Amino acid sequence: MSIRKTARLLVGLAGVGILVAACGTSSTSSSPGAPGGQGFQAPNLPALSALGQPEGELSVLAWPGYAENGSNDPKVDWVTPFEKETGCKVSVKPFGTSDEAVTLMKTGQYDVVSASGDASLRLIAAGDVEPVNTALIPNYADVYDFLKNKPWNSVNGAAYGVPHGWGANVLTWRSDKVTPAPDSWSVMFDANSPYKGKITAYDSPIYIADAALYLMKTKPDLGIKNPYALDDKQFQAAVDLLKVQRPMVSEYWSDYLKESQSLKSGDSVVGTAWQVTVNLTKSEGAPVESVLPKEGATGWSDTWMVSAKSPHKTCAYKWMNHIISPQANAQVAEYFGESPANAKACALTTDTKHCDNYHAGDAAYAAQIHYWTTPIVQCLDGRTDVKCKDYSEWTRAWTEIKG
Amino acid sequence: MDPRLDRDQGLRMTVSSPRYAVSSYLYRRPKLRLGMLLSAPFLWLGLAYLGALAALFVTAFWHTDSFTGQVVTEWSLDNFKTLFTDTVYRTITFRTVWIAALVTVIDAVIAFPMAFYMAKFASPRAQRILVIAVMTPLWASYLVKAYAWRTMLSGNGVLHWLLNPFGLDGPGYGLPATVITLSYLWLPYMILPIYAGLERLPNSLVDASGDLGAKAGRTFRSVILPLTFPAIVAGSIFTFSLSLGDYIAVKIVGGTSQMLGNVVYDNIGAANNLPFAATVATVPVVIMLVYLAAVRRTGALDNL
Repeated sequence: MSIRKTARLLVGLAGVGILVAACGTSSTSSSPGAPGGQGFQAPNLPALSALGQPEGELSVLAWPGYAENGSNDPKVDWVTPFEKETGCKVSVKPFGTSDEAVTLMKTGQYDVVSASGDASLRLIAAGDVEPVNTALIPNYADVYDFLKNKPWNSVNGAAYGVPHGWGANVLTWRSDKVTPAPDSWSVMFDANSPYKGKITAYDSPIYIADAALYLMKTKPDLGIKNPYALDDKQFQAAVDLLKVQRPMVSEYWSDYLKESQSLKSGDSVVGTAWQVTVNLTKSEGAPVESVLPKEGATGWSDTWMVSAKSPHKTCAYKWMNHIISPQANAQVAEYFGESPANAKACALTTDTKHCDNYHAGDAAYAAQIHYWTTPIVQCLDGRTDVKCKDYSEWTRAWTEIKG
Repeated sequence: MDPRLDRDQGLRMTVSSPRYAVSSYLYRRPKLRLGMLLSAPFLWLGLAYLGALAALFVTAFWHTDSFTGQVVTEWSLDNFKTLFTDTVYRTITFRTVWIAALVTVIDAVIAFPMAFYMAKFASPRAQRILVIAVMTPLWASYLVKAYAWRTMLSGNGVLHWLLNPFGLDGPGYGLPATVITLSYLWLPYMILPIYAGLERLPNSLVDASGDLGAKAGRTFRSVILPLTFPAIVAGSIFTFSLSLGDYIAVKIVGGTSQMLGNVVYDNIGAANNLPFAATVATVPVVIMLVYLAAVRRTGALDNL
């Protein structure tokens, strides 16, 4: 190739590169809105004022087990009745961590998302989700009051979604290999844990909060009030604790099926888990148990939110109304192993004690769980004299902890 | 009838058709012909390969808004500063290179005798069967093989059961498990180039070496190894680069360890920090460029 041709080729390549790069850039401009009470600006987006005709399609981004259409278990299906009732054809995409949900919502391909508290505020701030007009959702009236207008699902009194249900990240163990039954997170954090090398922990930066929660109870002099509001010293202590834990961990999990398999094979005998994982592992014959340890636990209180870019908003509102209807809410709560948001769901669970077991409607118990929240620079516990570590620092620290 | 006349008639008929016009036009312009033939692959190479690499490199200089996660297109070297100053990334880089090097060495040591037998001792029929046997694992999915190793390496898996009577224990999940799995996965990519290299080595050279009084070891060191070295290096390019970019095997059998690929993956999936992922992704690219530049002199690139 002659030099001239080569030069022309290179210029062409550079042009293509710049073009591709430019296409990949998302716009950073966002309209200034009312300053939020949580230290960030929520973009000024209108809520839907009236429902139209269902658009015939709905794309759902959900935690595994939240939108079951019978493909995992023919008896577990609350999507098909919704499709029949509204004519909205549902496609479901499950995700494994809140971070994954936030990334996927940015594509604008999904109409509704079941967001935990560590995703919801980020979605609101980025303008990926819009306020929800709860007057258009009849079942909203039956939702427990202590779940409405919380810092993770509203900004300045404007609701950004409907509460779905809540639960705790429980401590699970193989009852045949772990005796006596543990009642404290110390089996996972103590450097002399007898289950060294057989521990499994959640693979996400938000897991730092679990260490902070443990320190909150075991080292009160650190003064941690909220495991999501950590100043430099508190954050360092939590990170150090996790670095002590790391050599004792057999595996980190973000896929609940991988954790279930690891518990079944005995490669992990104790770990943090969702109740649904415990139920699944138990149903496959492995002797596992779970408990809410005495230190308390982190947990989730999930919210169904609607994408600002959704072209199927009527279907989205119909879905939100359906998923918190007594029947569907009872099915989800039982399948996933959590407390339903709708008070009327408790009468419809197949296990009549389900709501008692999960303390549904027990506001005092719910207050003990530290729900996943996105850590931001402004301390969430109200301190104004220090700066807290924000989520990007948590992410960086998580890489460092894993080493 | 004269057959020549018949042919002329046929020619005249095709002259009038548009297809003939196009083909005769192209016949007179060989460069245009070549250009059209190559434009599709070149577009693919340019856009999908080099264009993507250029975009990657450009993105590496941007950063994301820490709360909303949106990409901010301001130029800065902060990502590279983090990459070079944070010890954790250095540790991960060294670990990854070390794993890739170890996998390459293990594969070379296992592959050479196998390839040698295949090329020099097996009958032509056995040769064909052996080549197929080496390739069969490539028919199975990567994930199936990695999960098979996960089951075998498990605390109550086959390895544990085999080693237990000798008072030993399997390696469990971790770096050794990762090296074993990767060595297994990439072995065919090492065997085939070495086999091809050994096949090209004339037997007469080996015989001549023997006739001149060299013992087997000497022949291997002075004749066979230097002549097949480019082939080994060619194989190592595959095993090294494939291991360098791998992040799935280590997630399945690596326990808590992470490689460069995991850092990239976590920054895209978990942290939603595409610019930093791009910065980290330039590391293996640079390592591979250095590696390729180093092996170019051995003539290995002609052996691929």
